[in-house]
Amino acid sequence: MSSGHRHLPWSRATAPSWVTVTLVAAAVTLSAAAARAGDVPEDVLAAERQRVEAMARAAGTAIAIFAGEAGGGSGVLISADGYALTNFHVVQPAGVAMKCGLSDGRVEDAVLVGLDPTGDVALIKLVGREAFPFAELADSDEVEVGDFCFAAGNPFLLATDLRPSISAGIVSGVHRYQFPAGTILEYADCLQVDAAINPGNSGGGLFDARGRLIGVNGRASFEKRGRVNVGVGYAISANQLRNFLGFLKGGRLVDHATLGATVATDADGRVVVSDILESSDAWRRGLRYDDEIVAVAGRPVRTVNALKNVLGTLPAGWRVPLVVRRAGRPQEIMVRLAALHLPTELARIVAAQDQESKPESKPEPPPQLPEAVRHLYESRPGFTNHHFNRVERTRVAERIAASASWARPDGAWVVRGRLATGGPFRILLSAERGLIDLPTGTTVVDATGELDGDPGPPGSGGLLAALLLWRRLLLEGPAHLGSTSYWGTQPRDPRRLGEARNVELGNVELVDVLETSVAAVEARFAVAGDGVVTGIELWPTPDADPCEVRFEPHAGRPAGMPGLIEVRHGDVLFGTFQVDAITVEPVAPEAAGETS
Amino acid sequence: MNRGRRLHRATLLCWLVAGATVWCAVARPSRAGTPGETIAAAARKVVKVYGAGGVRGLEAYQSGVLVSPDGHVVTVASTVLDADDIDCVLDDGRRFRATLRGIDPRRELAVLKLDGEDLPAFVLDEAPPLGVGSRVFALSNLFGVAVGDERVSAQHGVIAAIVPLAARRGAYEAPYRGDVYVLDCTTNNPGSPGGGLVDREGRLVGLLGKELRAAASGVWLNYALPSAEVARAYREILAGEAIAPPPADAVAGAVDPLVMGIVLVPDLLDKTPPFVESTLPDSAAARAGLLPDDLVVAVNGRAVSSRSTVRQVLAIVAEGDPVRITVVRDGAIVECDLGPRPVGGRR
Repeated sequence: MSSGHRHLPWSRATAPSWVTVTLVAAAVTLSAAAARAGDVPEDVLAAERQRVEAMARAAGTAIAIFAGEAGGGSGVLISADGYALTNFHVVQPAGVAMKCGLSDGRVEDAVLVGLDPTGDVALIKLVGREAFPFAELADSDEVEVGDFCFAAGNPFLLATDLRPSISAGIVSGVHRYQFPAGTILEYADCLQVDAAINPGNSGGGLFDARGRLIGVNGRASFEKRGRVNVGVGYAISANQLRNFLGFLKGGRLVDHATLGATVATDADGRVVVSDILESSDAWRRGLRYDDEIVAVAGRPVRTVNALKNVLGTLPAGWRVPLVVRRAGRPQEIMVRLAALHLPTELARIVAAQDQESKPESKPEPPPQLPEAVRHLYESRPGFTNHHFNRVERTRVAERIAASASWARPDGAWVVRGRLATGGPFRILLSAERGLIDLPTGTTVVDATGELDGDPGPPGSGGLLAALLLWRRLLLEGPAHLGSTSYWGTQPRDPRRLGEARNVELGNVELVDVLETSVAAVEARFAVAGDGVVTGIELWPTPDADPCEVRFEPHAGRPAGMPGLIEVRHGDVLFGTFQVDAITVEPVAPEAAGETS
Repeated sequence: MNRGRRLHRATLLCWLVAGATVWCAVARPSRAGTPGETIAAAARKVVKVYGAGGVRGLEAYQSGVLVSPDGHVVTVASTVLDADDIDCVLDDGRRFRATLRGIDPRRELAVLKLDGEDLPAFVLDEAPPLGVGSRVFALSNLFGVAVGDERVSAQHGVIAAIVPLAARRGAYEAPYRGDVYVLDCTTNNPGSPGGGLVDREGRLVGLLGKELRAAASGVWLNYALPSAEVARAYREILAGEAIAPPPADAVAGAVDPLVMGIVLVPDLLDKTPPFVESTLPDSAAARAGLLPDDLVVAVNGRAVSSRSTVRQVLAIVAEGDPVRITVVRDGAIVECDLGPRPVGGRR
C-alpha cells in the first residue's frame, strides 16, 4: 500500500482497538501506584495533579458527534453558549443538525453554523444548556517541539458512555504543511504530534499541559498498517482557527486565500514568483515575475511550503504585509488576498461531498430539523447557515448603537480640522449630500443617488461615499443600510502582522467587519469590540482599488468620534485629516442655497 | 516459537511502559533541560537524505545522523543510496551533495560524506548503553514531512526490550542478528530509517533501523541499532574494512559472471537482486562453494546491489587477479574465493 495522509472520520468498517484502552488504563494504574508509594518527589506529584486536573477539564469540553450511519467523530466546545469546533469531514455526513454527547453522559442537539472546507473546519452550536464547559484557545505559535500534549476525543467511537478517550504524547513538529486533497482539506501550519490520533479522533481538541486548546485534530499519516495511529497525527492550529472563527460564527461558507501568484524555488534556493494574475491585488501592488518573496505576514519565507503555510492560515480578503526583494532591494507591500475558489465552486464542492457520502440519496428534500434547532437554521446561497449571520450582525449593530450616541439626533455632520500637509479642511455629511472642502478644491456628492457615479474627491477612490455610508451606519444601523451582512473578522491594523519576525498572529487584535452593498458600491466597516468603527474600505466598482479610511480615536472625545482620519487609495496616502471638531447640526446650514 | 513469545512479551511490556512514560514526561526534572531544548539541539544533527526511489512503494528519502563536524553521516544502507546524486539537507535548509564512503552489509549501515565543516554532529561513543525502560526520543524524517529548513519529527518512547534482531521483509531476511533496542513508539515509518535515537540528554544512543517485520510474528518492528554497533560500523567503513561502493567508472564495461560458472537469477528488472540461481558443474563457482539462493552483496570488496552492478564490478577486476565474492546465506555473510578471473566474458 502506498503511503498517504488521511482524514479520519470513523466508519463502522473499522474494528475497535484494545490498544488505546490498554494504554490509558495502564497509565492510570501506574500513576496511582506511584502516588501511593510515598517516596515520590513533591514536584512530580504536583505535576501529576496538574495533568490530571487539565485532562479532567479538557474531557469536560470534549464532545462526541454522531452522524448517524455515516459514523461520527469528535468536537471541542469553545464557549459557554455552546459553540464547538470540529472538522468539516466529520459534520459533512451529518447535514445541518446533529446529536452531540458530552462527557457527563448526556446528549444535546446541535446545529451547523459555519463551514471551512479548505481548512477542514466546521463550527457547530450546541443547545439545551445555560452554560457549557469550554476550552480556551491558546496561542499555538508558542507551542514548541517536545512540549507535552494530549488529545481528547472519541477514537473508534469507543465512548459508549460518552466519556472521551485521552491519548498523550509530545509535539513532534510545528508549522507543518500537509497537501490538500484536490483543493480542500489542506492542513497548513499545523501541529504534528505523536499522541495517538485514530479514526474518530477527528475534530477533537489537542491540549497543552495546562489544558489549553492548541489545536483541532483531524489528520494522520498512515501507511502499511491500515488506518490506525503510527505516531504521526496532525492538528489544525489554534491560531488558524482564531483567524477564521469570526467568519464561521457568521454562518458563512468560508474560503481560503491565494496571493494570485504562484511561486517556485529557483536554482539559488530562493522563493520567487513564477506566475502572477494581472487581475490580482498583488499585481496592482507591484508584485512581478521573478520577485523574491522574503517574508509574509511577519514570517520568513525560505521554502515554498513556508509561504503555503502562512497563506493557508489566512482568510480570503485579509490584507497582509509581504516583503519582496527585487534587484537586491527589499521592500514591503500590503497585499489583499484573493479567494481561492469561486463561491459557486465551493458550494459545489460541499454539495459533491454530500452526494459522495450518501450515494443513493436523490435530490434532497428540505431537511426536517429537530424541534430544538429548527429556529436556528436559515438556508441561503453562499452561507452555511444564514441564521447566524443575522445573529452576528445584530450583535455588532447593538454595539455600534451603544457607542454612537454622539451621532444623534439625525442631522448634518460637520467635520473641521487641518490636513497633516497643511491647510484647513471641512467635510459636511447629511442625508441629502456630502461635501468636502480641501485646499485643492471642493467636491459635492448627491447622497440620495447611487454613490458609484463619481467617486470623489478625485484621487481618494470614494472618500465622500465612504463617509456618507459611515454616517448612515451609525444613525440607522446595519439593517437599514442597503444589503448588509456580517463579514467576519480582520486584524485591526493589518500592517502589524509584519511588524517583527515571528509576530504572533494570535496576538493581533481582530475586529468585526460588516459588509454592505448599496447599488454597485461595496463597503466594509471594521468595528472594534467597543462598537467603534475603526475603518472603512469602499469599492465604487469591483476589482478596483478601494478607498481605505482609518479612524484614530481622540482621548478627549466621545467614543467613536475620531481625532484623526487617514485616507489611502491604492499605494497612495490621499491625506491625513486632523479633526478639530465634529458637530452635529439639526439642519445643514448651507444646504438651502446649493444644488449638486 | 521461543523468540515469538519473547517478542509478544516485549510488545505487552512496551504498552505498559508507554503509559508510565507519558505520565512522567513532564514531571521528571532532567539535567538536560526541557525535552524541547534536548530535541532542538539533537535534531540539528539529523539530516534528511534524498536519493533514488519514488516508485513501487519505495520512498526516495530517509534519515541520517551527522557523526563528525566535517560531514560524515551514518545512515541505513538501502535503495535510496542507489543513486548517482544523494543529497542531505540540514535543519537550517543547507543542502549538500553526499558521496557514499562505504557500506556495512551485515549491519546494513552506510557512511556518507558531505563537503562541510563545523557541522553539528553527534559524538558516537558519548552515551553509555541504555537499559530497558530508558526514555528516548526518536528523531527522523518520517513520511518526508519536513522539507528544506524544517526540523525532522520528534517522537517519544522508551526502550521496551533489548533482544537479538530476527527480522525480514518479504523474502528478504535482515543479515544483522545482534541485539537491538525495541521501542514502544512507532518508528517503523517511511523515511524514519537512519534517524537518530537520543537519550534525555540528547546523546546518540542508536540509529533507527530499516522497515522490517519480526521474522516470527510478522509484526512491523520498531527498533534501533545501538550506538556501539553504529560506531563499530562507522570505523570499519572508514578503515576500509567494510565494503566500498562500486567505483564510478564501473560503467566502462561489463563481464558476465557466467565465465566463472555463476548463473544469476533472470534479469527481469533494472535492479534485479543478484541471487545465485545455480552454478555450472566443475566451475570456479562450484569449487568455491557458492550455492543457489546465495545473495551476492560484494565482489572484491565492492558493494553490488543488482545483476548489472555484479557485471560492472567484475569488469574492473583485471584478468588473472583473484576474485572474492561475498554472499549472504541464511542471514550470515559468507566469503567465497573463486581464484583468478579468467579471460573473456566481456561484452
